[in-house]
Amino acid sequence: MSFETPGLINEARRQIEICNACRYCEGFCAVFPAMTRNTDFAAGDLSHLANLCHNCRGCSYSCQYTEPHEFALNVPAILAEVRQDSWERHIRPAALARAFHSRGVAIMGLMVLVIAVFFYAARSGGEGSFYAVFSHNTLVALFLPAFVLPLLSVALGLRSYWRETGGRRITPGDLKGAFASVAVMKNLAGGHGEGCNFEKENRYSQRRRFSHQAIMYGFLLCFAATGIATLMHYLLDMPAPYGLLSPPKLLGIPGGILMVLGGVDMILSKLKADPTLGAQRVWGGEMAFVALLVAVAASGLALYAATGSTLMPGLLALHLGTVLTLFLLLPFSKMVHGFFRLAALIVEQQKKRG
Amino acid sequence: MSKQKSQSPRTAAPGGGGSLWDVVVVGGGNAALCAAITAAEAGAKVIILEGAPKFYRGGNSRHTRNFRCMHQGPVSVLTGVYEEEEYYNDLLLVTKGRTDEHLARLAIRTSEECLPWMEAHGVRFQPSLSGTLSLSRTNAFFLGGGKSLVNAYYNCCEDLGVTVVYEAQVQHVTLEGGRFSDVEVSIRGGATEKIRGKSVVLASGGFQSDTDWLTRAWGPAAANFLIRGTPYNRGVVLKNMIDQGCESVGDPTQCHCVAIDGRAPKFDGGIVTRLDCVPFSVVVNKDGDRFYDEGEDTWPKRYAIWGRLVAAQPDQVGFSVIDAKSKNLFMPSVFPATEANTIEELGEKLGINGARLAATVSAFNAACRPGTFHPTERDGMATEGLTPPKTNWARPIDQPPFYGYSLRPGVTFTYLGLKVSDKARVQHASGPLENVWSAGEMIAGSILGEGYLAGFGMTIGTVFGRLAGQEAAHHVL
Repeated sequence: MSFETPGLINEARRQIEICNACRYCEGFCAVFPAMTRNTDFAAGDLSHLANLCHNCRGCSYSCQYTEPHEFALNVPAILAEVRQDSWERHIRPAALARAFHSRGVAIMGLMVLVIAVFFYAARSGGEGSFYAVFSHNTLVALFLPAFVLPLLSVALGLRSYWRETGGRRITPGDLKGAFASVAVMKNLAGGHGEGCNFEKENRYSQRRRFSHQAIMYGFLLCFAATGIATLMHYLLDMPAPYGLLSPPKLLGIPGGILMVLGGVDMILSKLKADPTLGAQRVWGGEMAFVALLVAVAASGLALYAATGSTLMPGLLALHLGTVLTLFLLLPFSKMVHGFFRLAALIVEQQKKRG
Repeated sequence: MSKQKSQSPRTAAPGGGGSLWDVVVVGGGNAALCAAITAAEAGAKVIILEGAPKFYRGGNSRHTRNFRCMHQGPVSVLTGVYEEEEYYNDLLLVTKGRTDEHLARLAIRTSEECLPWMEAHGVRFQPSLSGTLSLSRTNAFFLGGGKSLVNAYYNCCEDLGVTVVYEAQVQHVTLEGGRFSDVEVSIRGGATEKIRGKSVVLASGGFQSDTDWLTRAWGPAAANFLIRGTPYNRGVVLKNMIDQGCESVGDPTQCHCVAIDGRAPKFDGGIVTRLDCVPFSVVVNKDGDRFYDEGEDTWPKRYAIWGRLVAAQPDQVGFSVIDAKSKNLFMPSVFPATEANTIEELGEKLGINGARLAATVSAFNAACRPGTFHPTERDGMATEGLTPPKTNWARPIDQPPFYGYSLRPGVTFTYLGLKVSDKARVQHASGPLENVWSAGEMIAGSILGEGYLAGFGMTIGTVFGRLAGQEAAHHVL
């Protein structure tokens, strides 16, 4: 189902207009106060609300109008559908987005394929250091475009999304408000700070909020570790591997551990949660994406643990394979949610200002 | 106390054949839950018999949004001060004095301690919703609304080991010599079985969803009434108690009744079917004639009289007409307005005589006088020489497009109820019953003789529910 088809947009509008006549959920998150600015909802307004929604599900478990009531509201699900559709419409090539988002098997398949290629290449490599297995220049030649091109695709997609939802010139205040919200995942705190209704039905729980932050901060630490290592390599002429007390390891090891723990917990809580309150067609793709994050972090940690052993070349191939898959899928997997969500939070700051 | 699953599938009497409960709670809304929690916390073995299936549990409470709370200073989400005298005077205004002062003051005074109690039992509050700022001092809004409150209380019951049975239709309360001994109940449509208890709390609401009873009270007009809340409040227990000689209070035609969108479902439409456009509009009946001052006061102070006003019109229907100027002055409606470029056309689309409506609107427009329009307070923009007058917000309806909404009476709950003491004890013709208490909408008629004060139903339910639970537990322990 696509946003251009009247079905999705009309259904979203129908549900949001009922919400807007009720407003009981105003305190849960950013979506409901944002809704009260409108009496009519254009496609861009619905995209904006959808990307503001963090799928905490507070509204759904509090709703008088969910099925079997004849109004049949399922706001977390319809917003998840609209949100998913907005990513698939704005990101090019759209065919790839549609192929991967909804198919965990495709994501996993790509991962296995890329890993296999690395294994094949690693057979001819030497022993000892990383770069004896894969030369540094080979890796850069491979990874740089695999990183830059997906980012370019995301940037173009965001620009298109920004126009659709009425984004304007960004002020420091917009960024401050948006990052403050992301830093504590305010929209999964339920308004009262006790968490959301993701996996424990109508009881509040911090689980999703905490596991999300573990993954997010873990990822950022790993990203920082990679960035610093790059600088050390080029500016200080200090190639990998690095020791335990070096900045890349001090950031990367806790980051990897956070990603593994957060990711595993996210998978477990998602297994417990009601799939009908999300975008059901991408359930598998979302699961595979979290599994991919866990695989990236776990293989990285294992690789470090295996330094100097005969397992190293194999683990290196495994790790590089997962990382390359993550990069390649950046625009076409759940990974894009971070970019669009941040954009929505910034636009919301602007809209609140008037 | 052993923890019992609230959903255990069984067909025998809950908790095993001949089990004797300390407190049997009939009903599953706010008052019932407050009673059950209070009794269970005192150590009683409690069973809740909720007539609705799990999804629709909570009676009308699932549609509520706030409760009215006395307070000496800012507390939780409430601003300012709301003291007993002001609260009581607000009640006198809406009920025109038809209240039981002793019980009313008890409810008002006790409301203050309810707020922290509710928070301690999982209810979360939020600031006054947008569009309801006028209530920020007097009414504490539930985060997520009444269903969220109901969920919190059921979770509390589960944690306390209270047994909850859904789809449990209580048909008869057995009274012998001024004492309750058991209830006769059909569970999920099964054969009638007896559930025995040492005491009972009755909190199963009014009779508004029994159209026949409503028709006996109101005449055939009742067929055109919409019921805003649960279809499960059919007054079976209330009638059973009155038939057995328990004393009742209140007039069967009195109820909390507002004018709602005429297109709302027959039952359970809830909050979204309300229409807040009346003060900015001209309201006519199906003959195209005006019948009441639309601008008498701000809407929160007047919405509760419009149900009866519309109920008194032919076919129990009204039509509220505004123009483009007023479209965004009130909270959006759940169903889109009927729209037209001329008043005649609008009338025809609404199914009334267009020429007649146009004549009424022209007469109204001619009677409007210049002034400073102020949508949120009485602005004194009144008509001159018009009957009935419109005393505020009277601006000519002259800017197309024109919009119309149909209005129907929407009943929230009926006021005919059981007479109770200030300990929530049910009164029988031969004296107070020894082990029977009642709370909630089932007894609200003592305090609400007519009219309605926003959020007061939940106050009465919480105060008397807790009182009933406490007294019932005290009686058996």
